[in-house]
Amino acid sequence: MANIISDETIEYVGILAKLELSDEEKEQAKHDIGRMLDYVDKLNELDTSGVEPLSHVFPVNNVFREDVVTNGNEREKILANAPEKKDGAFKVPKTVE
Amino acid sequence: MQLTDLTALELGRKIKEKEVSVREVVQASLDRIAQTDGGINGFVTVDAEGALARADEVQKGIESGQYTGALAGVPVAVKDNICTEGLKTTCSSKILYNFVPTYSAEAILNLRKAGAVILGKTNMDEFAMGSTTETSAFGPTKNPWNSEHVPGGSSGGSCAAVAACEAPYALGSDTGGSIRQPASFCGVTGLKPTYGTVSRYGLVAYGSSLDQIGPIAKDVSDCAAVLETIASYDKKDSTSLDRRETDFTSALVDDVKGLRVGIPSDYLGEGLDDEVRAAVMKVADVLREKGAVVEEFDLSLVEYAIPAYYVIASAEASSNLARFDGVKYGYRAKDYEGLHNMYKKSRSEGFGEEVKRRIMLGSFVLSSGYYDAYYLKALRTKALIKQSFDRAFEKYDVILAPASPTTAPKLGSSLSDPLKMYLGDIYTISVNLAGLPGVSVPVCTDHAGLPIGVQLIGDCFKEKNIIRAGYAYEQARGRWAAPELVTCEKSNGAKACVRSNVHEIHEAVPDDVLMVASAAKEVG
Repeated sequence: MANIISDETIEYVGILAKLELSDEEKEQAKHDIGRMLDYVDKLNELDTSGVEPLSHVFPVNNVFREDVVTNGNEREKILANAPEKKDGAFKVPKTVE
Repeated sequence: MQLTDLTALELGRKIKEKEVSVREVVQASLDRIAQTDGGINGFVTVDAEGALARADEVQKGIESGQYTGALAGVPVAVKDNICTEGLKTTCSSKILYNFVPTYSAEAILNLRKAGAVILGKTNMDEFAMGSTTETSAFGPTKNPWNSEHVPGGSSGGSCAAVAACEAPYALGSDTGGSIRQPASFCGVTGLKPTYGTVSRYGLVAYGSSLDQIGPIAKDVSDCAAVLETIASYDKKDSTSLDRRETDFTSALVDDVKGLRVGIPSDYLGEGLDDEVRAAVMKVADVLREKGAVVEEFDLSLVEYAIPAYYVIASAEASSNLARFDGVKYGYRAKDYEGLHNMYKKSRSEGFGEEVKRRIMLGSFVLSSGYYDAYYLKALRTKALIKQSFDRAFEKYDVILAPASPTTAPKLGSSLSDPLKMYLGDIYTISVNLAGLPGVSVPVCTDHAGLPIGVQLIGDCFKEKNIIRAGYAYEQARGRWAAPELVTCEKSNGAKACVRSNVHEIHEAVPDDVLMVASAAKEVG
């Protein structure tokens, strides 16, 4: 494998991805990402100098509208999906002391 | 012929002419699901009660003149990543195991306006990541043609449900081939529209710049009628296109005289199964006989589509799936210390292996230091791939290609080597990168009785060309027969297997084989 992913990199990517991987999963991820990057390196065969990156196939523009509420109050329906709720709000672990 | 054997448009006509009631049609589908889905696992949720209540409502609407369209009263199965108000939408993931949307996707609203009745939600690869429907948290879907094989993916449940006549038609989504490849494996017709044709509002996002909702049905006519119904300009999707000509059924004409058809010779080389290649040539011959001009050409850049796709799709997925954090909906870990640990644990326990793999890869290619080398490089490659299609469509109206290099692989043979699985998407993925429309049409079965579909690709906004070519081919092929399903029920220690109303007793059928299917032949 040409691309060797270090332990530090996997730690860092885990933080970015907000995933907690077991030691076994980390080893697997190092292997998987390395192998995929080896494959993706094929793109380096292509000369893309002067080629603009294409995010969207068609020219798209931001769609603006007046900031007017058009939907109704669906608080109860939305909160029904909450894993935990309290006093009409989503309940989360304490974030500030 | 039973009601469940009919196409969506045939059912719509019967309902309109009062030969059958909406309730009878919906009940026939629900009975069929009850009879066969135990062995197929095409559905995650079946909403029998809701469907029957809606059937009566639609019947009244048809009688009062509220619903006049060709699909009024016809039931539909919906892939479980398309939001349905009040009906669970799981993306076949543990992290959304109990999620009930408070709104419906725009495509669903369009169907409801046309008098559709939703039967339930279909199984898929988790968050549409996979090509076999084996990454579902609710177990794999089996191919109705042979239960030892996968239905393809990620819209495997939708395709299997249509193939098994559980639903006359279904909605799927296609990010890298997720409608066209399983349609090919299951012997049904699946169409991915031009990017922006169907609103993505309410489609749970995977790779937003590539995702499109599209129809899966028994033939091209149904696909055209469904696409005509679900296509709409929607302000809620900023990539939605205000298209003028969406009267897709007007292209259902048996006439391809002078149609220019190109077959990429670089699609026919190494890795392509001989029987699939023969199927492509069979379609070429039919179109040629009908007056089309068919020739091979070099598309180029074929081998760069898959690496570019996996960088772009994974990058977008890592961003899109950041919203699943155990706060507002879905799964939350039981034990955690503080907010960040709750996020991490909920996500790590809630997502499956393939989803985590793509989130990790996506996070990596977007991270500083690698963004230019991988993500921007992939977007530049995407631009080149688009240019090579632009050049091809200066010469051709339709590109004829395989949908997949092989027929459906066996269950359990794909996930151990993800890269190998990704390579199976070679003929479908570039179509998403270039935003093009494509349709997979069943052609024949292979030596093992598994269906082979062939793909017709059009230029942007030119769905009508592929619909016309597909329809003309279909007229020559004839009606495609559904697989003969064999359902087995245990009684008195022996298994009684029923095949197409002929009673046969099979000995020593393993307990886990609930259903086997024998190959059906095309009807000429």
